[in-house]
Amino acid sequence: MLKFTAEHEWLKLEGDVATVGITTHAAEQLGDLVFVELPDVGTELTKDGNAATVESVKAASDVYAPLDGEVTEVNQAIVDDPSVVNSDPQGAGWFFKLKLKNTSDLDALMDEAAYKDLIG
Amino acid sequence: MDTTPALKKTPLHALHLSLGAKMVPFAGYDMPVQYPAGVMKEHLQTRTAAGLFDVSHMGQVIVKAASGTYADAAMALERLVPVDILGLKRGRQRYGFFTDDNGNILDDLMIANRGDHLLVVVNAACKEADVAHMQANLGGCSVTLLTDRALLALQGPKAETVLASLAPDVSTMKFMDVREVSLVGSPCIVSRSGYSGEDGFEISVPADKAEELAQALLSHPDCEAIGLGARDSLRLEAGLCLYGNDIDTTTSPIEASLEWAIQKVRRSGGEREGGFPGAERILAELTGGTSRRRVGLRPEGKAPVRAHAKLYADAEGRDEIGEVTSGTFGPTAEGPVAMGYLPTAQSEPGTQVFAEVRGKYLPVTVTALPFITPTYKR
Repeated sequence: MLKFTAEHEWLKLEGDVATVGITTHAAEQLGDLVFVELPDVGTELTKDGNAATVESVKAASDVYAPLDGEVTEVNQAIVDDPSVVNSDPQGAGWFFKLKLKNTSDLDALMDEAAYKDLIG
Repeated sequence: MDTTPALKKTPLHALHLSLGAKMVPFAGYDMPVQYPAGVMKEHLQTRTAAGLFDVSHMGQVIVKAASGTYADAAMALERLVPVDILGLKRGRQRYGFFTDDNGNILDDLMIANRGDHLLVVVNAACKEADVAHMQANLGGCSVTLLTDRALLALQGPKAETVLASLAPDVSTMKFMDVREVSLVGSPCIVSRSGYSGEDGFEISVPADKAEELAQALLSHPDCEAIGLGARDSLRLEAGLCLYGNDIDTTTSPIEASLEWAIQKVRRSGGEREGGFPGAERILAELTGGTSRRRVGLRPEGKAPVRAHAKLYADAEGRDEIGEVTSGTFGPTAEGPVAMGYLPTAQSEPGTQVFAEVRGKYLPVTVTALPFITPTYKR
């Protein structure tokens, strides 16, 4: 099940762990990424709090925590080569895995059709 | 997404849209920040082949003495810039800056000897103020902002090949030469100069011929359209100042490490010593130095260090000693590059300082500018 936030993140739930990344639309808007900073494994994130930072040639942008939870795994591959986020944002370019505090929180997020409406 | 009708458009606006550019407001103009290729590819295209930039937002100004002689126009402008303009040969241009009474920088500019007049190119954001400043202070001269011409910059190691495909004799031009060249059947003013650290040309073209010329240049297989995003990363790697970031009315030319642009004839003991706003301070700094200097900065990690990041002597952020004025990721340098101001004692290449980025103090090494090896045709 794929869910989306208004902050242009996607979440894919397996059990109570959501894989989180930024959407294709967000990656296009940001342009070529040159730097990614991810949270440490074990970090407790709060919804809408700062979770990660990405930088393009032009500017730095924050990536917000989509929901409350604990970081269980991060994708070192995008730290080593940030261009992976641009080439495959909704696949190999995932950011981190989040053990959700309440999996039911996911219900409040958008499905793919609603997200597509949002970005027009 | 041109939703701000107040923004001005250059003669190439329609071309930018047709090429799929992402447009942003810049100095009151709706300008292309990047094309579909993106900043990274556009930057590398310019370093390896040729890139075409629309810089029509910049001010092109004719300064002409009532007497009709170059010397009178040159002597008049020397009252506003600490640069040898009288000694500039016909068909040559050089870099300079307007200074204020405190010896700080009002704007930087290019000044060309066009035989019987001067052609001055100034920054877009300053052009109205610069024209007013010249009109108020250049008695005996007419000062005219050209509104019917576009300005294109063609930059990169293949720039000569591309432009020579339209006008073969540009190959004989050297860095900072300026001459009239017929392009697409129209008289253009071409200088061998630019803002990328690469060989290249800037072309002043009648507005109604600008799109035809741009299309002719873009039809060459080595040439692509490049936006303002790559223009910024290119000039930063080349160690060139951006007015409003690296230099402004709080920085003197000597603090900004621009003393190379002040020729001997305008310095203490020179034939036309001083005689420009803020001369007392600037001449004193040329001999006595300054307490701070603009330097190149190379962050050690991968994180770009941006403008306004504070610089510290220590890794704990206790002793603040300076500030970054420009910073980005350099696609050719293959890492972050920056410029900023540091105390003179800590401005030697190799000195390590620390930049505050998101609450962390990242090691940064003072580095000689530029970050790349320029390919100017001297």
